[in-house]
Amino acid sequence: MMRVLRWSIPLGIFVVLVAFLWVGLSRDPREVPSPLIGKPAPAFRLSKLHAPNETLGAADLKGTVWLLNVWASWCVSCRVEHPLLVQLAQQNIVPVYGLDYKDQPAAGRAWLTQHGDPYAVSIVDLDGRVGIDYGVYGVPETFVIDKTGIVRYKQIGPITPEALRDKILPLVRELQR
Amino acid sequence: MIVRAALAVLLLAGPAAATKMDPPPQSTNAPVMSALDVRLKRLESELRCLVCQNQTLADSHAELADDLRREVRELAVAGKSDDEIKAYLVARYGDFVLYRPPVKPVTWMLWFGPFALLAGGGAVGWVVLRRRERAAGSAATDAGGESEKKARKLLDDDEDGGAG
Repeated sequence: MMRVLRWSIPLGIFVVLVAFLWVGLSRDPREVPSPLIGKPAPAFRLSKLHAPNETLGAADLKGTVWLLNVWASWCVSCRVEHPLLVQLAQQNIVPVYGLDYKDQPAAGRAWLTQHGDPYAVSIVDLDGRVGIDYGVYGVPETFVIDKTGIVRYKQIGPITPEALRDKILPLVRELQR
Repeated sequence: MIVRAALAVLLLAGPAAATKMDPPPQSTNAPVMSALDVRLKRLESELRCLVCQNQTLADSHAELADDLRREVRELAVAGKSDDEIKAYLVARYGDFVLYRPPVKPVTWMLWFGPFALLAGGGAVGWVVLRRRERAAGSAATDAGGESEKKARKLLDDDEDGGAG
């Protein structure tokens, strides 16, 4: 009994330590888990980028599964994910709404003209308040919102082809059923 | 807590040290911090900037930190309590915005883990010492008796353990 304890206790501690470090060190500290997952998407009403006299609110999109992509013309990593969004828009799987975050509308429009416009509608968050409501702390960020307006997933940083294929699209398909 | 204490020391030591070194001027045009400013400063030093994660909201120059400071100020002016302001930020950014994580089941390990480890280590140490003491004591009183056999067995055990 004592003999078993003598080597099993250190081994047990070692295994626990390795498990903790394994998980802890493989996580990206920049990815802060969003408390919004499973909660209703914060309400907003913002004017449209291409039609400043019209507004769009989260409530208008009840009944559809949609993506909210936070972007800006000054955002460098947005250029990385943008071709993927353009491609996604062409496939007509899920509508992507753009939140032009803390951007000059003219600059935002010019950027979309240059890089392609994948958004069903883009709305303008001039002072970043809606961004704060959504817990945005780094652009780009993308939210998957279901038919009842619940946030189901948040992608922090650019959407990668892997994230789109393995997480976002399967989730969208499931939510659309 | 440490941050708050350090800040308090700095806040107190700064003006005090200055007044000790040179006599107070007749007319002070130096900007005086209002009660609100002091409160905001204290609150912001307990909140994390999410862009530069090792800085507080008070220290950070990131644009988001500016926005969040504006938000915190507006909430404070609107009469919200510190806890309400913190709850507002936690609802959006999670517990991570707090430099002092709240005590709840998920963070029990964080808060009590070190004490549990200390208690565990202490208990093991105490048992080992007690056993060693008792073995030494009984070996001294009746050499050649039952306890010597026990001690010998323990020693054998030790050697086995060392080899295995």
